[in-house]
Amino acid sequence: MTRKRRRLHVALLGLLSLGTATALVLTAFEDNLVFFVSPTKIAEEGLEPDRYVRIGGLVEEGSVQQLEGNRVLFRVTDLAHAIPVTYDGILPDLFREGQGVVAQGSIGADGEIFVAREVLARHDENYMPAEVAEALQASGQWRPESGQPPPR
Amino acid sequence: MIPELGHFALILALLVATAQTVVPLWGAHRGNAAWMAVAGPSAVAHLLLVTVSFAALTWAYVVSDFTVVNVVANSHSAKPMLYKITGVWGNHEGSMLLWILILAVFGGAVALFGGNLPPSLKARVIAIQGLIGIGFISFTIFTSNPFERVFPPPLDGQDLNPLLQDPGLAFHPPMLYLGYVGFSVAFAFAIAALLEGKVDAAWARWVRPWTLAAWVFLTGGIALGSWWAYYELGWGGWWFWDPVENVSFMPWLLGTALLHSAIVVEKRDALKVWTILLAILTFSLSLLGTFIVRSGLLTSVHAFASDPERGLYILMMLIFVIGGSLTLFAIRAPTLKPGGLFAPISREGGLVMNNLLLATATATILIGTLYPLILDSLGGGLVTVGPPFFNLTFVPLMLPLVFVMGFGPMMAWKRTDMAGVLGRLKVAAAVALVVGLATLYLQNGGPLLAALALGLAAWLFVAAFTDLAAKTKLFRAPLADSWSRARGLPRSQYGTALAHGGLAIAIAGMVGSTAWKVESISVMQPGETKDVAGYSFTFEGVERLQGPNYLSETASFTVRDGDGAFVAVMTPEKRLYPVANMPTTEAAIHTRWLADLYAVIGDKEERGEGWTVRIYYEPLVPFLWLGSLVMMLGGIVSLSDRRLRVGAPRQAKTRVPAGPAVQPAE
Repeated sequence: MTRKRRRLHVALLGLLSLGTATALVLTAFEDNLVFFVSPTKIAEEGLEPDRYVRIGGLVEEGSVQQLEGNRVLFRVTDLAHAIPVTYDGILPDLFREGQGVVAQGSIGADGEIFVAREVLARHDENYMPAEVAEALQASGQWRPESGQPPPR
Repeated sequence: MIPELGHFALILALLVATAQTVVPLWGAHRGNAAWMAVAGPSAVAHLLLVTVSFAALTWAYVVSDFTVVNVVANSHSAKPMLYKITGVWGNHEGSMLLWILILAVFGGAVALFGGNLPPSLKARVIAIQGLIGIGFISFTIFTSNPFERVFPPPLDGQDLNPLLQDPGLAFHPPMLYLGYVGFSVAFAFAIAALLEGKVDAAWARWVRPWTLAAWVFLTGGIALGSWWAYYELGWGGWWFWDPVENVSFMPWLLGTALLHSAIVVEKRDALKVWTILLAILTFSLSLLGTFIVRSGLLTSVHAFASDPERGLYILMMLIFVIGGSLTLFAIRAPTLKPGGLFAPISREGGLVMNNLLLATATATILIGTLYPLILDSLGGGLVTVGPPFFNLTFVPLMLPLVFVMGFGPMMAWKRTDMAGVLGRLKVAAAVALVVGLATLYLQNGGPLLAALALGLAAWLFVAAFTDLAAKTKLFRAPLADSWSRARGLPRSQYGTALAHGGLAIAIAGMVGSTAWKVESISVMQPGETKDVAGYSFTFEGVERLQGPNYLSETASFTVRDGDGAFVAVMTPEKRLYPVANMPTTEAAIHTRWLADLYAVIGDKEERGEGWTVRIYYEPLVPFLWLGSLVMMLGGIVSLSDRRLRVGAPRQAKTRVPAGPAVQPAE
């Protein structure tokens, strides 16, 4: 085994693993990128059912309703538009009316209500999820005096 | 007065660090022994000054000095003493100071224990440590001064984020930082070697203990973080492929690769350039980890309030460190002489496999973690890369790695008789097959991957100890003979077996908790009983209690097993910390060793007496923590190896001869 041959072997192995990695990344990306959409965008352009997305905004004041079992219905707003969301499960500790929230899921069969599979609020009172800040900025409702500066 | 003293000490430390960088580097360049000798004492002075500074901040927390902004923002007079102290690093400014302290400790350790290093190498290593120190100390002084005062002082503080008031998280940052910063030593050695233009077996011997120590701490830090997420967040999960988790995991993966490639440099004088590159990249990822968490660049479920204005400074520092070191690498690496040859099927070949797979896995995680950031900055919209992405890319790369790990340590250097190696692993293969098939049978058509992974874990576990048994001739020679062989075996061999075995245990935990977790969410009325995974949970009701600095709603569940025998009373809580006005969830976990029972309460029904209750049956989760501990133990045992403790020989020529009969360590 000469130095050159060894180098060739290592280079081939390296290329092989690089190729495997690229193939893995590309196939995994195809189904697992979750895009963020704002309530305004959904209101204006609609959202095809079964498309898994992430929405963000504020929980509209007075919109949280307990349904049967542990189902909850609330509205997520970017202060321009709001969309109704249902969720089955325990809401995070920092889920509150008027506070930022991010939900992952898709529009239900009725084409109206967003069915969340995951609801996230953050660990910190003062922290505004970037998506929420983005949604508020996009809808022109961002008021810097009312809170922290947007994180980006 | 004391905070000013701390601030002043930190400024002095910056000056000392500058001297520690400039003078020895120049001295090493000119071959001036007196200038090089400045390195040691200045590193010690650096350490002392930073210690004074850190002690001053700690003191301000202990006595609740509310004239200091940092204390006001993160402490409260009613907080338990433990959390007053851990509050020091529970915030951005303090954690930066902790980083600086740990960096100074490592720099001082090289100065004090690096007596047998050649003077120019030692001077350069300490100088590079000083350079990193300059970056961090100036960052802290100019953008995140923890000693800032406030006037008039408020009556009381705003309290530490209650989620951080927890023993698991109290010690998570120091452990993680010990790991991150530990890799700075390997980085400094790599840069010094590039400047010297020389990498040999002795160099690898000096680098290995530092890398190993950093690896042990990082393993512990990641495990602690994962454990905290498991019991504190109340989601019943222990790993979320969250950006903050990923950035700590990437240096761990590359650090593991570095640990193994340094062995090849030490034993065979090969893979030198690659090892240098790994050392640079590992520390670069550690820096990236520290800063991504601190700058709020990536959104994350674990993100705490962070200040984007520091981002620019951070970015410049990253560019300087990573860009500078890679440029130096590009210029100097070709001058390093390539080393020994080996056949593809050999110990070296196995370790190359290890490195390729670990590096590839790191790359896929890096892509998944940074992709949202890149896409957003290109105006491509906001996206999230979810756990399925990482499971789909990471797991397929790890399966072959675990397979190779089984026989890797048994292969001989240079070239190996593969049939002979596999012949010794008949038992391991049989056990793996039995475990895999039994799993497949028991889970009755469950995920195939789970059976495969569990089989591989069994393979790895048995193989790790088969290696030891073979080397001590257990059951083949008289027991006394085996015993004396066992005592003669280098400790690093036990370290390898333990670390590999520990990983096997941890994998079993990962597989079990992912594949066979049982989850039940429901509204339960007091007195109601629910069956989950063969256990019955009776909801006894909720009590209101008062904690030291919180209010609690404590539920109680009586748990019985399938035969109706009493198992435990579990008391999950919902707490409200009035000062921070923040609720938290405290999960109740009862471990059955082979599985955990896990209960969380949500909210009370608006009308009625029922509560939302989440109960999990978490199979094999305790194995995760056990496996991590065994892995750390492996690292520590290996660290205590005589070879790493006594001075390494100056010349590369004194290599242990390779061959199947006298297999060197690892």
